[in-house]
Amino acid sequence: MDFISILSIFVLACFVGYYVVWSVTPALHTPLMSVTNAISSVIVVGALIAAAAAGSISSKWLGLVAVALASVNIFGGFAVTQRMLSMYRRRERQEDKTHG
Amino acid sequence: MAEAAHAQPAWVLLAYLVAGVCFILALRGLSSPESSRRGNRIGMIGMAIAVLTTRATHHIASLPEIVAAMVVGGGIGLVTARKIQMTAMPQLVAAFHSLVGMAAVLVGTAAFLNPEAFGITYGPGLIIPGSRVEMGLGVAIGAVTFSGSVIAFLKLNGNMSGKPIILPLRHLINLGTLVAIIGLIAYFTQDQAPWVYFTVAGLSFAIGFLLIIPIGGADMPVVISMLNSYSGWAAAAMGFTLHNSAMIITGALVGSSGAILSYIMCRAMNRSFISVISGGFGGEAISGAAAEAIDRPWKRGSAEDAAFLMKQADQVIIVPGYGMAVSQAQHALKEMADKLKAEGVRVKYAIHPVAGRMPGHMNVLLAEANVPYDEVFELEDINSEFAQTDVAFVIGANDVTNPAARTDKSSPIYGMPVLDVEKARTVLFVKRSMGGVGYAGVDNELFYRDNTMMLLSDAKKMVEEIVKALG
Repeated sequence: MDFISILSIFVLACFVGYYVVWSVTPALHTPLMSVTNAISSVIVVGALIAAAAAGSISSKWLGLVAVALASVNIFGGFAVTQRMLSMYRRRERQEDKTHG
Repeated sequence: MAEAAHAQPAWVLLAYLVAGVCFILALRGLSSPESSRRGNRIGMIGMAIAVLTTRATHHIASLPEIVAAMVVGGGIGLVTARKIQMTAMPQLVAAFHSLVGMAAVLVGTAAFLNPEAFGITYGPGLIIPGSRVEMGLGVAIGAVTFSGSVIAFLKLNGNMSGKPIILPLRHLINLGTLVAIIGLIAYFTQDQAPWVYFTVAGLSFAIGFLLIIPIGGADMPVVISMLNSYSGWAAAAMGFTLHNSAMIITGALVGSSGAILSYIMCRAMNRSFISVISGGFGGEAISGAAAEAIDRPWKRGSAEDAAFLMKQADQVIIVPGYGMAVSQAQHALKEMADKLKAEGVRVKYAIHPVAGRMPGHMNVLLAEANVPYDEVFELEDINSEFAQTDVAFVIGANDVTNPAARTDKSSPIYGMPVLDVEKARTVLFVKRSMGGVGYAGVDNELFYRDNTMMLLSDAKKMVEEIVKALG
């Protein structure tokens, strides 16, 4: 991919992000932060490339540490988000819907 | 070799694109609690696709080590996620941000030391100048994210005072450091010397510390959103370096998400982003107003009074704040609300956007206590209802209810949107003592109103006593 196609993806994704995030209900802003945290650990892709490469020992170890750090985030981030989201419940008595 | 990363097969590009779309859907799911759980699962699938695609396209020389790193990291993450108390979410999110930042720095450094593996060279060991800029930016943003989040974590976790620490000439120092970083990144395109790269990283670590140290505890909702945003931009910059669309899409999403949250938080405090990051807010209490405050008459109530008043009410609106989180009062509060509902009282919750230490903090705590989310309302949806409400029950919130924000032009919080609790027939105000002022260091007019009754006690203890008095 050349720089311009990458830049296009980036700019369009910023717009998508803008509209998607405004549609997030304020009640879920904390889960929003934890899940964005988890997905930004997609940086693990870079860490894997570094850790997998045979060329340089120091680069490999930096990559391995990065893989470990990103994994904390990926597993921890998604798990804590799921835990929070499972707590959001509607009220059980459906007849009580009188709020105007 | 140089083109290795750039000339990826079509299916690989597609797979990363699919991963990116999964992440968009994960955020999209958060538009309502029902769809959110599915959204989160789609996010996990996206991550799995990204990792497996990388695994499939690169010759992995050190698979056992990588698996070990993932097991160790993943294990720590899972255990933390399971054990963490909901009141500690702000710290946890700050800690997670710091890890993303550090990972970005490590990946950037690995790419600098072994550029061939990333396919960003145009000659033996020579990194493409464009990639040097992306790498420099990525490492700078990552380092700022890391050190800033560490300070935010220490402040939120109470290891460091929430009071702003003001250095002399800090604006000059910060500006100078920033200019130096940008200058060095520009120079980096000409000279690929290690000292340039590592000075950029070092200065960026320093500026992260310097930026967050002067910011007070109460501005943390903005800081934590801002760092969220930075962690996204760091991932995006790395995505540019690696020409990876999943990373770029994710970085853009996370970056915008954090930026929007920062904006929402600033608007909810009626402060500009610049004034928040220049810091110092909430440092000095306005001594005149505070001293004067103690002499004014106010009414003190007991748990029994509160129970009696609320039992008689048609509608009670509960206004929680950071104090509720500190004393872990949310479960007792739910019990109180249940007792009141059994008496035929309508109970609602009103949440100010900056209540607590991070966006949505109160909503999570109430959800943890099994409060149904359709009883919890945002400021603009419920503010008009206080006038028809018998009792406003303010617990651990202060500045977000201060009428001075509407009336007193000289007040530091003037213009901030507040909950109009004083329009309720009676205001019950749970507070530890009369002496303390809110984070803005301003006295609250509300305490001295005729229709206000102060319930001075620890929030949780007071609510438990009210529950007892309700029988």
